[in-house]
Amino acid sequence: MNNLKEKLIGNGFFLIALSTLSVLALITVFILIEGVPVIAKVGLFNFIFGMKWAPSQGAFGIFPMIVGSVSVTVGAALLGVPTAICCSIFLTEFAPPAVSKIVRPAIQLLAGIPSVVYGFWGLTFIVPAIRNFLGGPGLSVLAGSIILAIMILPTIVSISEVSILALPRQYKEGSLALGATHWQTIRSVLLPAAKSGIMTSVILGMGRAIGETMAVIMVLGNAVALPKSILDPARTLTTNIGIEMGYASGEHQQALFATGIVLLVIIMLLNSAAQLIVQRGRD
Amino acid sequence: MRISPKKSQIIAKTLIWAVAVIVILLLIFIMAYILVKGLPTLSWQFLSEVPRDMGRSGGILSTIVSTLLVTVVAVVVATPLGVGTAFYLTEYTREGRVTRIIRFCAGALAAIPSIVYGLFGFIFFVIYLKLGWSVISGGLTLGVMILPTIIRTSEDAIRAVHPMYRDVSYSLGGTKWQTIVGAVAPSALPGIITGVILGIGRCVAETAAVILTAGSALRMPTSLFSPARTMAVHFYILAREGISMERAYGTAALLIVFILIINVAANILLNKFVAKGR
Amino acid sequence: MDNRAKINIKNLNFYYHDHQAIKDVSLDIKYNEIYAIFGPANSGTTTILKAINRMCDLIPGTRTEGEILLDGKDIRSPDFNITELRRRVGIVFEEPVPLPMSIFDNIAYGPRMSGIKNKVVLAERVENSLRMAVLWDEVKDKLHSPALRLSGGQQQRLCIARILALEPEVIMLDRPCAALDPISTFQIEESLKLLKERFTIIIVPHNIQQAARVADRAGFMLMGTLVEEGDTDQMFVNPREQKTSDYITGRFG
Repeated sequence: MNNLKEKLIGNGFFLIALSTLSVLALITVFILIEGVPVIAKVGLFNFIFGMKWAPSQGAFGIFPMIVGSVSVTVGAALLGVPTAICCSIFLTEFAPPAVSKIVRPAIQLLAGIPSVVYGFWGLTFIVPAIRNFLGGPGLSVLAGSIILAIMILPTIVSISEVSILALPRQYKEGSLALGATHWQTIRSVLLPAAKSGIMTSVILGMGRAIGETMAVIMVLGNAVALPKSILDPARTLTTNIGIEMGYASGEHQQALFATGIVLLVIIMLLNSAAQLIVQRGRD
Repeated sequence: MRISPKKSQIIAKTLIWAVAVIVILLLIFIMAYILVKGLPTLSWQFLSEVPRDMGRSGGILSTIVSTLLVTVVAVVVATPLGVGTAFYLTEYTREGRVTRIIRFCAGALAAIPSIVYGLFGFIFFVIYLKLGWSVISGGLTLGVMILPTIIRTSEDAIRAVHPMYRDVSYSLGGTKWQTIVGAVAPSALPGIITGVILGIGRCVAETAAVILTAGSALRMPTSLFSPARTMAVHFYILAREGISMERAYGTAALLIVFILIINVAANILLNKFVAKGR
Repeated sequence: MDNRAKINIKNLNFYYHDHQAIKDVSLDIKYNEIYAIFGPANSGTTTILKAINRMCDLIPGTRTEGEILLDGKDIRSPDFNITELRRRVGIVFEEPVPLPMSIFDNIAYGPRMSGIKNKVVLAERVENSLRMAVLWDEVKDKLHSPALRLSGGQQQRLCIARILALEPEVIMLDRPCAALDPISTFQIEESLKLLKERFTIIIVPHNIQQAARVADRAGFMLMGTLVEEGDTDQMFVNPREQKTSDYITGRFG
């Protein structure tokens, strides 16, 4: 009797645990069903490398948006990664405990702020600043990169901080005992040893950047054209969906799902890379 | 010229301190910017009246209610699934292929951008299940979205439970289920609640996934099947369409206050949990 | 003293993966005696306790051979209820581990697991158990404060009381005083001497002196084998085996 109950409970938990699997399958299947027909019709090559996006004429080329997504993400990484790594070194090595006790949750708070608020702040502060000091329309790849750099900070800081903290004490003590300075120890012992964790954090951060929608919509200008400089407006894969889903229908709507497929594939590649690095770091 | 180790240490240390200070100042600046411009708008009338004239006048009560409803649906759906999955992973199975698959799926779900959740919610809940743009569609979509957060924090919390608690409970004649309910769950509870709170934070802050699934109707939702506009969506529309900057700031300020409260609550709980675990 | 055996262990072998932790051990434990199983670290003493109430089932990769009889019934037979076994044979661990709840709830935990919900019955059980463990006077005014606030010695007596609340037949203690100061150790040993009037007690002492002080009979374990067993008085004064004598006199271990 008791055994039967325990067994039922165990099976119940197993069924619940399958929810993640089934949800992931549902998401993949439904987005594929909606998006694949358009890709099949236009042709995968033309869809990905096509320069013209004109839904009313049935032209669905998303290359400018891929370039847009990649450029804001790379921009965000260039600005955000060094900053984030400095912050995690600061938190693990330099900050007095009382300071890191305040700074750590404060940086995590950055992750909680709604992305629309970042976008709005960018629109009212960063965009005019760029327009006034650097020229151009202000709505630009640069503005998007700056906002995304701030938004990916918490992801990178928390994961790389954990990987630095997880290092055995002996690494640091050994290096200091050999007469290295604190900074030499950080640079040539701690950072290399925590490399896989830091790499993972950077990849996950880039995943966040490439998937972000609302903040980018407000500061990027959203023009469907290849940006020629970082001061030009651009459109990303996510903003393409975010802007046009509101009124798209029929084939146009399907093309947005197809955009989602491309986005999903990029994210999954990044995610697999991150998991691979984690696993390799463990072995 | 070679810089001496001593000198390079000073330079590096200064630089890192500077970057950290800049990041903190930036955080303070963003918060202050929104709060200074938005807090003056917050009044009892702003909180207690429904929006009129597209949000140009009146308050934001219906969006607060919508946010609340959507979040409640999400949490009600995601908590049992997430916590259950965490218990399955930690208590009911050994590390192996099954756990690897489930963890991979949870990791993948965590990586999916919210706009893709929006697409999925739209095509699955709104269209396929014919739930329409509604509180329930939005809530279910957000529930799926916060599932991985709840799984991960709960799993960490359960793993952090003193391993002897299980032995003690078994040795006192507890069955597996009694041990989980009586000895493991109470110790893991603060950590689990922290995960749920973080999930709530994400629901309140989310825009892209909600706008595609709950819609953006400004009316007060009357049932789970009414369309709804959450605060974050309202703020986005006010700001983007330039309807009322004053009200946009006010809504943003309120959002920030909510997020602040949620974060502080999560931190307090987590610290309590860590203190107790040691 | 009742001379029948409460527990018969017959040709017990126990394996962790390939490592054999217990080698062909047979011994009887009688009603209302304190039996000490002692030996150097990793001799299999703790493993025997874990085999007796089948806590070792929880460790993956272990295997048991042989028979363990409780009142003549094989505890490893499929129709022996494992949770009932653990209620009848309680164990106190080396490190006192109060569950993170109040003193009262800690003691009431076991009875509640077995389905007792009546508040009066529970309160009575808690009081009796605490009295038997000689802890009642110290905690009677703070039954509902967290058990983790008690001192180490009090925590261990709480753990004993927690077992007593199960109304068990056998109490096993695994180095119960290893982490305690001499005064707490003395208090626990005194309460054990009172408890044996009503229970059968098996103790793995953390040192030989404790075995000599509290046990009626003892068994000396070395590397998984039972070297010698017998009355404590005889064994510590006049051991039959050279190895026992060497261990007792401190030549190794």
